[in-house]
Amino acid sequence: MSLEAKTFTITRADLVAYAEASGDHNPIHQDDEVARSVGLPGVIAHGMYPMALAARAVGEWFPGAEVVSLGCKFTAPVVVPAEGSVEVVIAGEAKEPEDGLTTVVLTVTSGGQKVLGMPKAVVRA
Amino acid sequence: MDQSLVGRSFPSTAPYTVTDANVRAFAEATGSSYDGGPAPATFPIVMAFGAMNAFLEAEALDLFRIVHGEQRFTYERPIVPGDVLTATLSVASLRQIAGNDIIGTTSEITDADGTLVCSTSATLVHRGATE
Repeated sequence: MSLEAKTFTITRADLVAYAEASGDHNPIHQDDEVARSVGLPGVIAHGMYPMALAARAVGEWFPGAEVVSLGCKFTAPVVVPAEGSVEVVIAGEAKEPEDGLTTVVLTVTSGGQKVLGMPKAVVRA
Repeated sequence: MDQSLVGRSFPSTAPYTVTDANVRAFAEATGSSYDGGPAPATFPIVMAFGAMNAFLEAEALDLFRIVHGEQRFTYERPIVPGDVLTATLSVASLRQIAGNDIIGTTSEITDADGTLVCSTSATLVHRGATE
């Protein structure tokens, strides 16, 4: 079953708030110069940010359902511009439930490019 | 970094008390809201990140050279405010690709009774210096 895709945005201010809330103060998520010094195109979102958005979408698709597992690879950086925002789209496909567990195969893209590799959640729903 | 790292465990993080305010700040940072109940599914990264920092410090690795390659969570139960959690990181694998170290880690997050709440695994890419 296809789930209705969700579009979220990420700004530099979101990255500051996320750094504070998560404790991840890696400067590659705040400072263009540091990001470039390690070969990145500029400030990138924490990989955990689009992953959190994926979890948020799962929570909206299956309200109140317990998440049993969640995983992904971080395959492409989400570059966040100094001004404005970048969009992240979360699409999902729910498999037939087995033993009360539903596997949700996700597709997470930004600018048409996949940013998470094989993102998948299993929920008790 | 060499293979002697594989299989090593690092000291557990100090107990972290999950509060309503901490969970709300985490939810709001990703544009969501929080009205009590289970914390967002990626919230255990807060403890796992603490364990990773302890590991980086012990190995004298720079956080800014670390890029996250992969993250998985398996939950034994939801995390809720009032939980007192600690995370313990072990190195599961290590390989070198194109001047980068690819470090596979697992962290177990346990509650005040020592019961497992969440297992996480993370692949950390330690990037070599660029010219």
